[in-house]
Amino acid sequence: MSDASINASLREDEAEFGDYFALLKPRVMSLVVFTALVGLIAAPVSIHPMVGFCAILFIAIGGGASGALNMWWDADIDQVMKRTKSRPIPAGKVEPGEALNLGLALSGLSVVMLALATNIFAGAFLAFTIFFYVVVYTMWLKRLTPQNIVIGGAAGAFPPVIGWIAATGSMAVEPWLMFALTFLWTPPHFWALALFMRSDYDDAGVPMLTVTHGRKATRAHILVYTVILAVFAVGAAFSGIGGPIYLAVAAVLNLLFIRGAYRIWRRDEADSEADNFAVERGFFKLSLLYLFLHFGAVLVEALLKPYGLGGWG
Amino acid sequence: MSFERTTHELHKRRFSRNMGVALVLAAFIAIVFGLTIAKVTSGDFSMTPEAQGQS
Repeated sequence: MSDASINASLREDEAEFGDYFALLKPRVMSLVVFTALVGLIAAPVSIHPMVGFCAILFIAIGGGASGALNMWWDADIDQVMKRTKSRPIPAGKVEPGEALNLGLALSGLSVVMLALATNIFAGAFLAFTIFFYVVVYTMWLKRLTPQNIVIGGAAGAFPPVIGWIAATGSMAVEPWLMFALTFLWTPPHFWALALFMRSDYDDAGVPMLTVTHGRKATRAHILVYTVILAVFAVGAAFSGIGGPIYLAVAAVLNLLFIRGAYRIWRRDEADSEADNFAVERGFFKLSLLYLFLHFGAVLVEALLKPYGLGGWG
Repeated sequence: MSFERTTHELHKRRFSRNMGVALVLAAFIAIVFGLTIAKVTSGDFSMTPEAQGQS
């Protein structure tokens, strides 16, 4: 390498290791890890702890790889939006091509390693999930339809299904109930975010519901989707993944969630501006707790089953 | 002629990145090794009696 090429590569804000890690969307990865773990543990078969650990790790890496590919494709949007402009690519720390290479390499690695560690079905399903998130959601639907988040939410809902398949090697109804929980939760969660991030999606030209149908319609959509979610979430208590503990958790959380959605629906923009979207922000924070506690309750029911306590006996 | 390595400023600046990559690779090796041990000891790769007879 010549001095000239070394000097050319000198950059004040050169990427640290943490910037490459940030491409993997660690916060999303934590959700993927937790829900996949619940799917794996709720499965009615035992799995070697090391194999289980590897399954979760490679599912997480697959999720991270899709995050890197999403950041590569959406670099132009991320540059415009307040919420995302400090991400490594718009911040100028990582080149888009680096994100693409990292995303592709980790996708291949995670799929192959998951297939080797568990079974080919699990590996194939992880590959499909990455394809769905990157191609169907990021490249196709996100900039095309206001239902982007509804359909795209499926990608974030697949991890418990992959966890279940990694343990059992087959499909069943139970993991799809966990899938449906995350799938139905995603729209109210993101629409609340869109309400208080205000012009972000508008500036970026992303057809979020707030942009295409207006903020009042978005408030109504949040309420309708929350009611549908609540009916499903409480109903799931009487399925294979539920039990008395899950029912108690779901009853309390869904009452709070419906109350939050109702308050959002009742408010207009003047009310929201007056308290800087306090209700919308509170609903968004509650939504994070909502999903975590629902999956936590499924996990507790599954862990108690070997002692004859979980589920409905 | 000297073989003494000079540490360029680039090496210092990229130390944390290189160290991170090294640790990730080391962890990956450890995981593959651990996974292999787990697979072998749990009988995932046990040979059939016919195959054992051929060897």
